[in-house]
Amino acid sequence: MSNPESLVAIQNSFEPKIVAFFCNWCTYLAADLAGTSRIKYAPNIRVIRTMCSGRVDPQFVLEAFARGADGVLIGGCHPGDCHYQEGNYKTLRRVRMLRRVLREMGIEDERFRLEWISASEAERLKVAVNDMVEKIRALGPLRLEIKAEHFPEEVAA
Amino acid sequence: MDARNGDLRIGVYVCHCGTNIAATVDVKAVAEYAAALPGVVVSREYKYMCSDPGQELIRQDIVELKLNRIVVASCSPLLHEETFRGAVAKGGLNPFCFQMVNIREHDSWVHQDRQRATEKAIALVRAAIRRVALHKPLEKKRVPIHPDVLIVGGGIAGIHAALTLANAGKHVYLVEREPTIGGNMAKFDKTFPTLDCAACILTPKMTAVKKHPNITLWTLSEVTEVQGYVGNFEIAVTRKPRYINEDLCVGCLECIEACVYKQAKVPDEFNLGLGKRRPIYISFPQAVPQIPVIDPETCIDFKTGRCKKTCIEACGDRHAVDLKQQPKQETIKVGAIILATGYQTFDARKVPDYGYGVYPNVYTAPEVERLINASGPTGGEVILRDGRKPQSIGIIHCVGSRDENTNKWCSRVCCMYSLKLAHLLKERTGAEVYNFYIDMRAAGKAYEEFYHKLLEEGVHMIRGRVAEVTDWAVTPEEEGKLVMRAEDTLISFVRRVPVDMVVLSVGLVPHEDAKDVRRLFNISCSSEGWFLERHPKLAPVNTFTDGIFIAGACQAPKDIPDAVGQAGSAAAEAMVLIDTGYVEMEPNTAYILEEECSGCKTCIPLCPYSAITFLADKKIAHINEVLCKGCGTCVAACPSGSIKQNLFEDEEIFEEIRGVLANA
Repeated sequence: MSNPESLVAIQNSFEPKIVAFFCNWCTYLAADLAGTSRIKYAPNIRVIRTMCSGRVDPQFVLEAFARGADGVLIGGCHPGDCHYQEGNYKTLRRVRMLRRVLREMGIEDERFRLEWISASEAERLKVAVNDMVEKIRALGPLRLEIKAEHFPEEVAA
Repeated sequence: MDARNGDLRIGVYVCHCGTNIAATVDVKAVAEYAAALPGVVVSREYKYMCSDPGQELIRQDIVELKLNRIVVASCSPLLHEETFRGAVAKGGLNPFCFQMVNIREHDSWVHQDRQRATEKAIALVRAAIRRVALHKPLEKKRVPIHPDVLIVGGGIAGIHAALTLANAGKHVYLVEREPTIGGNMAKFDKTFPTLDCAACILTPKMTAVKKHPNITLWTLSEVTEVQGYVGNFEIAVTRKPRYINEDLCVGCLECIEACVYKQAKVPDEFNLGLGKRRPIYISFPQAVPQIPVIDPETCIDFKTGRCKKTCIEACGDRHAVDLKQQPKQETIKVGAIILATGYQTFDARKVPDYGYGVYPNVYTAPEVERLINASGPTGGEVILRDGRKPQSIGIIHCVGSRDENTNKWCSRVCCMYSLKLAHLLKERTGAEVYNFYIDMRAAGKAYEEFYHKLLEEGVHMIRGRVAEVTDWAVTPEEEGKLVMRAEDTLISFVRRVPVDMVVLSVGLVPHEDAKDVRRLFNISCSSEGWFLERHPKLAPVNTFTDGIFIAGACQAPKDIPDAVGQAGSAAAEAMVLIDTGYVEMEPNTAYILEEECSGCKTCIPLCPYSAITFLADKKIAHINEVLCKGCGTCVAACPSGSIKQNLFEDEEIFEEIRGVLANA
């Protein structure tokens, strides 16, 4: 890694793996609309559908990072627009809490993102995904196992 | 029957969707990859999985290969999940032992790199295979449907839908916020291209609504609360006071004549402020209901409490005038809802170059409709705000349409109504009429023919967007005139056309409060603000919220024939729902593992539907399955993992996560 050229090469060839949890009523539909509108975006996300962003258990996010995701994206309806009235507010609360935990684990903020994307905002989805991919590409792979190596020492200290 | 006891028999089907998927995703590679995964008995690729032969393939394999789990990788589940569940059920398998993978909308249509799109498809299919292994057989619950229908908006679309449903024997509540039904169409003079008088074709339908035994008409009313779900909505409607008792009034209108205001002084909303009315008034002569309304903002009695109340006197022993009337709340139950809330026109002040609101003789098209209407403020005579009669008139098309600075969409009706106004204005005034257009859009039955008729009548057509309307004269003949400056793009020449009257063909825009209505009814809007249909082609009147339909211009700009067509379609969709008699609910409700619940009550305040209660005797939480809508928020919050959600079990989602991230 001492050779800066090889670092650049790794970053260029690195394709971030992003797990996305999209709610059935807004962001999943926005992704469908992106499809029917043939809007092109980075192929790095893998979408998992939940009925509401409120269904996204913090454990899902942790599991994704533990299994090798370089980023996790949660997509829900805009505040006030939740199909289930207020599930997205619960998501927001959970995301804030979870972000603190992730920081403690050395997972950068850019790797975990919450976006409000309505059913008609395919363009917004594209921008969010592309932006997230680029930011994570700049950060490089998460390599949680390397970060975790030092956990025992830190705990001991 | 899950992965752990070894008898898993999965069938995987990868769809080409013609070339829609196959052009970007190597479907063969995906199918081959899936074939090697544990539990997969058969993995096929096929041109069109949704076709009859495609579905038959699934059915046959289930029977012959004794499959017990099915994965189909094709389009969005919102399009064909039901189709494939049906195919699975035909094979004798529970329809929920199935998982769909979206490799079209979420993959082939949004990516260009074939290798990476294929990798993505493989990851998604792998996740589905791992997930489907855990699927349990589920049953859809049937809920009975309330047979009544709510229609919001009493324009031509709402009226037509109401009459269609009522004639079919359904009870309809028609809610309109204005004092009369009729909507925008009631304000038009004539309709294109037939030049039917709008009132002559509309008012009989309005009267029919009022007389129909199956229609409850509430004007001056707004829906304030929507509860429930498809088949079982509970609606609260606020009925604003009219200050005239509708049951007692006979529509003699003597109270209006008797008003202490001898002269009408208040700008008249129906005539867009071009005429005047009294504080007690009727919107227009054929208004339905044929009952006056008192405007508390301008009525002397409301303002000072010291009026002679001549209206009450005139009403005599009918006692219909009731100045103490209060807003009234009504609560109704309906099975289906049709939203037909229409549009508003673009505010021409937003294009200051055209001088609307600055030069008095610049009019919007809706104003001209009233000006040339026989029951309008001038009795149909075209008299300008300065009292003159115009000898030359310029009509500017696409004001607030097809414009990067305002709205990008084509409002679809302006070309045709501009031609209609050109015809009518020329007929009434004999003036020279100049139409400034970008493109002529006359697509519709007999529309192009109407355009040619206008050309023969000698209406001037100038192809070019007007840059500005100004009163700055540069030649003597421009003195006292409004000068329209535009490039005639057919001859590449900048023209200055002096006219007496300018008509702005304003486009159609969503209602200012369309967003509030959308929220109230829990449906979506397009980014422009029009109500979003479930599918632009195949489900144009459905919304993503079951049981709620849309009709008319609230969905997108459209002319009367299209609005009526859509209204009929929405009525038919509502009828299908009602006549089925029941609705099948997606079995994605949450349930509690009683033996594991610690009774911590974390979940209880999270549920927006109050579906979770605390059983004091057992000291555990309980979910009422009927009230649960299946959002899963409580499931995610339960600290002990003792709430589960059908179709979205924790383990199923964990497998999906592991599946998308597993190394190929």
